[in-house]
Amino acid sequence: MKNPFVMECGNYKTSYRKDMELFRNPRVKIRMLVIVILLFLFPLFASNYVIGLATLAAIAVIGAIGLNILTGFTGQISVGVGAFLAVGGYASAILTSTLGWSFWISLPTAGLITAIIGGLFGIPSLRLKGLYLAIATLAAQVIILWIIGRWKSLTGGGSGMILSRPTVGEFSFQSHNSYYYLVLVIAVLTTIYALNLFRTRTGRAFLAVRDRDVAAQIMGINLFSYKVMSFAISSFIVGIAGALLAHYTMIVTVELYSMQVSIQYLAMILVGGLGSVFGAILGAIFITLLPVALGYMVEFLTIFLPDAHAILSSFRQFVFGLVIILFLIFEPGGLVHIWNNIKNYFRLWPFSY
Amino acid sequence: MTFFLQMLITGIVVGSIYALVALGFVLIYKASDALNLANGEFVLIGSYICLTLVTVYQIPFIIAFLLTLVINAAVGMTVERVVLRPLINAPVISVIMATIGLASLLGGLVHMVFGHQTKSYPPIFPATPIQLGGIIISPVYLWSFIIVMILLLAFSIFFKYSKMGLAMRAVADDQMAALSMGISVKSVYAITWGIAALVAAVGGVLLGNINGVDASMAMIGLTVLPVVILGGLDSIPGAIVGGFIIGILQNLSAGYLQPILGGGIKEVMPFIIVILILMIKPYGLFGKGGIERV
Repeated sequence: MKNPFVMECGNYKTSYRKDMELFRNPRVKIRMLVIVILLFLFPLFASNYVIGLATLAAIAVIGAIGLNILTGFTGQISVGVGAFLAVGGYASAILTSTLGWSFWISLPTAGLITAIIGGLFGIPSLRLKGLYLAIATLAAQVIILWIIGRWKSLTGGGSGMILSRPTVGEFSFQSHNSYYYLVLVIAVLTTIYALNLFRTRTGRAFLAVRDRDVAAQIMGINLFSYKVMSFAISSFIVGIAGALLAHYTMIVTVELYSMQVSIQYLAMILVGGLGSVFGAILGAIFITLLPVALGYMVEFLTIFLPDAHAILSSFRQFVFGLVIILFLIFEPGGLVHIWNNIKNYFRLWPFSY
Repeated sequence: MTFFLQMLITGIVVGSIYALVALGFVLIYKASDALNLANGEFVLIGSYICLTLVTVYQIPFIIAFLLTLVINAAVGMTVERVVLRPLINAPVISVIMATIGLASLLGGLVHMVFGHQTKSYPPIFPATPIQLGGIIISPVYLWSFIIVMILLLAFSIFFKYSKMGLAMRAVADDQMAALSMGISVKSVYAITWGIAALVAAVGGVLLGNINGVDASMAMIGLTVLPVVILGGLDSIPGAIVGGFIIGILQNLSAGYLQPILGGGIKEVMPFIIVILILMIKPYGLFGKGGIERV
């Protein structure tokens, strides 16, 4: 095998097929495999708390990729992710707890139900764009959550619903490790799906719609069907994330899916990098771990300020806003842009020009 | 009938405050094509500042009120300079997200400084309710309505006749043309944000007098979004008319639909209206539709 420390070279692409390959060269493929293997080995060394965080981050990764397909790649701003997470979570809760379905059937069904509802709310996107669409999705969020909260016979109203962890035969995904593996597998599958989506006709149509929808329409792209499709695909993935989250927390209540959640998901794709699958992954991990890091910071601050705990929640809110604004002003490309800059620095070093 | 009139009048009064806060949205959108989702936080800040001036520093209400206006306007201009100016020409989602981030930042800051408890204003308006043929109106409501009306009138005159108002309308109409006529677009932006924050502060003080001050007050920013969509994002008369319509519909639905559909309909009603409006007339009642070319 070639020396792994030499730089990538000999990348001559002689055909379109080669240019569109998922892995640019064998080295990238190996690197990806190593990362995935490390992710699978990770629970062997980590404590339960860390695995729990990793599970939440992985669920966020799924949701963020879903949102990024809609907002980052197709350019349809959605402020209603929280509601679609809720639909996924509640759908799975109703299917498994009330109807007694198996988790393995209810998970895709929850995704489908969310896709249908997401597609419905995608219909106005033909006439609305930008700001107006954002407000329409915001309204969708408020209305969906209100319906969920009011429909007591179906959703349990304010008290929410209890779920159980999935099982296969005798084996239950009760332990931290097993659920982490389940979520990780789905996260990896979602990533592969999203990466492949943008190598297909549909994915390229999405990009065209984002870049200039009027021009895309002139080129023969059916705006309506692609916009609704983008809403449906994105909602499907978000619904899956919602169902996974619900089975992880084992309870669903309306409060879990507030506006705040929608904003967090938007922040994930923005901080990570709009229109980048890798960016969504980075952003999801960053935003999930940010409050944890702040918690430790406040813990440290209590040495000097005894009542620092009292301001923790406000402090989180403050820093969250600050992070978003700083990223927007100083690094609109997001974490993925920073990452690429670092990579290029080393790749080109010492001849950075 | 009395019940209907009571609901109607409450709706009108609440609607007038909505109109005031909506004015802040419209001003900023008109000048800079940005929707300021942190408007609710401006309301909150104004309310807290005035409260602090009155209760902690014992300043007479009128002076405290005027001081609050000045401080809030300064906050608004600072925000424009620090956050929004670097984002000129940025994509829509960046601006939306920036104002969402701003809302989070300002909200967090306010709670760190002022705490989480609900605080109430010392009685400023007389407490005895006014009776009008069976309809009860609290003086706070009446005064709010009068103040709002005066302000809306003042702003209409300002935009119509003052030099600055003219410059603002010019910038809203065509930035390039305004620039080439020697209007400083930057200072117009700054002043627009200042005025929007000032208007929000008035709303904050009035709402604080009606409901007391706490974190949930910032929610008015969201409640007022339907108002601006209904009236048209770039129309000042639209903001006023939209404010009254939403205020009245909200209170009527609270009065008549609440017993049937249960609580919370008051908060959801405006958003149902928004979905309908967006489906039928996306640019609102008075908004200007854009024509798009490749």
